[in-house]
Amino acid sequence: MPLVTAFLAGILFSTGLILSGMTNPAKVLAFLDITGRWDPSLAFVMVGAILVAAVGYRYAGARGRSLFGGQLHLPGAVGIDRRLLLGSLTFGAGWGLVGYCPGPALAALAVGGRPTLMFVGAMIAGMTLFEVLERLASVRAERMPPHAPAGE
Amino acid sequence: MQIDWTHFTPLASLGGGILIGLAAALLLLANGRVAGISGITGGLLRPARGDIGWRLAFLLGLVSAPLAWLVFGAMPPSQIDYTPALLTVSGLLVGIGTRYGSGCTSGHGVCGIARLSPRALAATACFVLAGFVTVFVMRHVIGG
Repeated sequence: MPLVTAFLAGILFSTGLILSGMTNPAKVLAFLDITGRWDPSLAFVMVGAILVAAVGYRYAGARGRSLFGGQLHLPGAVGIDRRLLLGSLTFGAGWGLVGYCPGPALAALAVGGRPTLMFVGAMIAGMTLFEVLERLASVRAERMPPHAPAGE
Repeated sequence: MQIDWTHFTPLASLGGGILIGLAAALLLLANGRVAGISGITGGLLRPARGDIGWRLAFLLGLVSAPLAWLVFGAMPPSQIDYTPALLTVSGLLVGIGTRYGSGCTSGHGVCGIARLSPRALAATACFVLAGFVTVFVMRHVIGG
């Protein structure tokens, strides 16, 4: 059952992206081009999505569990740190270059041809690089005792 | 500011947004998961037992929906004509940035803002701002 609902959510999400025009990178760039000929459509997508999601999230939050009794896996991190801000700025810079973010790029993967394949390949390479760097950082942190005096 | 009325699609975009919101609500209510595309994809690169199936099922739905769409009609027009170098740089920045920033347009922009998370609001402000600046530089400084 969880596989069926996840699959349906994926279909619904993707259909929403296609219907809203967001699988067209040119339309996304037209939203980001505020000093040019501006297409506000993306803001309408966000407002529609946020309002409906907020109702679902509120209901789920009040229940405290999923409909099938499972745990709600919500992000536990609080606090706004440098990692969050620098990561998001980096993402935004990449987004503004071509007009693809992860959702629309994957939704267009099967029909977008070579440019989409290339973008998604590079995106997954970037995510893999993150995993490698994270693992290296955790290995280094394990080897080095915390607050060890430098140079000894 | 000059609005591009010929390409502006308020109704279709609002309708599409509502479907995206329904999908996010369904995934949380049924699976207890946040519909953040970068997080769902990135989680597969750090596979944990019992945590793979739902990710693959969601992504399969995401990727296969346009094929079902094509059965009923044509896809909306799409333009993407960039050099391989630009596509690669863009993809790398999006991949690494969304993982360090713990989310993208869907995870922070839709799901995070829907639950009024301050982190999601800050992240969304950052990536939209960086998007504005990048497009301004590419179109009106370099391309202008």
